[in-house]
Amino acid sequence: MEDGSIMTQASQDNPLVVAGHTFSSRLIIGTGKYASYEQNARALEASGAEMITVAIRRVNLSNPDEPRLVDFIDPKQYVFLPNTAGCFTGEDAVRTLRLAREAGGWNLVKLEVLSDPKHLYPDMVETVRAAELLIKDGFDVMVYCSDDPVFAKRLEEIGCCAIMPLGAPIGSGLGIQNPVNIRLIIEQSSVPVIVDAGVGTASDATVAMELGCDGVLMNTAIAEAKDPVLMASAMKHAVIAGRQSYLAGRMPKKRYADPSSPLSGLI
Amino acid sequence: MLQLTVNGEARSIAPGSRVADLVRELGLDGRKIAVERNLEIVPRSRYPLDELEQNDRIEIVAFVGGG
Repeated sequence: MEDGSIMTQASQDNPLVVAGHTFSSRLIIGTGKYASYEQNARALEASGAEMITVAIRRVNLSNPDEPRLVDFIDPKQYVFLPNTAGCFTGEDAVRTLRLAREAGGWNLVKLEVLSDPKHLYPDMVETVRAAELLIKDGFDVMVYCSDDPVFAKRLEEIGCCAIMPLGAPIGSGLGIQNPVNIRLIIEQSSVPVIVDAGVGTASDATVAMELGCDGVLMNTAIAEAKDPVLMASAMKHAVIAGRQSYLAGRMPKKRYADPSSPLSGLI
Repeated sequence: MLQLTVNGEARSIAPGSRVADLVRELGLDGRKIAVERNLEIVPRSRYPLDELEQNDRIEIVAFVGGG
């Protein structure tokens, strides 16, 4: 009976809820770097993700008929999470996201205020300031941040609706380099914690979820795979596997072997 | 003619034109873009109402792929 109740508990995992939006998938994917929007749309479908990050950029006036993201991915079917990539100040971020809100009509946004292009590490002082400006302006802010638990706490205190620490530099695919910090952030947070950046392959997503993250956000790991659609499917399963593994509770690690077959009754 | 800057490029348009006229002249679908005029958002409902003025700085943006 006990086994049965544990299984019931795992299968009744609460969905991911961010600022009142409920998601059955814990995978969020980016829409950059794909060969085409058509390929992007197929990868999205294979990933099972319900939320995608998008950027906002000047329309190319010399080619008004250029393909548009929204022609391939329906904003009514997926939650668009406009980002502030390319913004280096709070004012730039607010300006960009106000335009995104007008273009799409949502308040839910991803704030990222970056610093040096070499490592794309977030500028945390400016990130905190930008988050304050955005929250005051009525936005629900999911915030890309460093893996510093002190800054993560600060961002939660000022009202960010999700904390999104990096697992490794953006686009590096190096995997979760900082499990100790990520776990500290998870333990202290009462809003969702989503690892954003660093995942390179399916096992990295599983590692992030096994730490107890509420979700994983990735772009390059899927877009730059040899077969992005197949990798999107792999990521879907990796995130589910990691979540179930976290809920199931892993066995303790031991220093020595422990046979799986009984030692008694040997012939 | 009115002189405007649209997405950083010089452009002229007939006096009395409104935001909706500019969007149409540029061949854009107004439902898929957002417009900023002199750093202020122009709500879509105001495209047919707001008259452009000399030296307006216009930004027209859309969603693109991003991470």
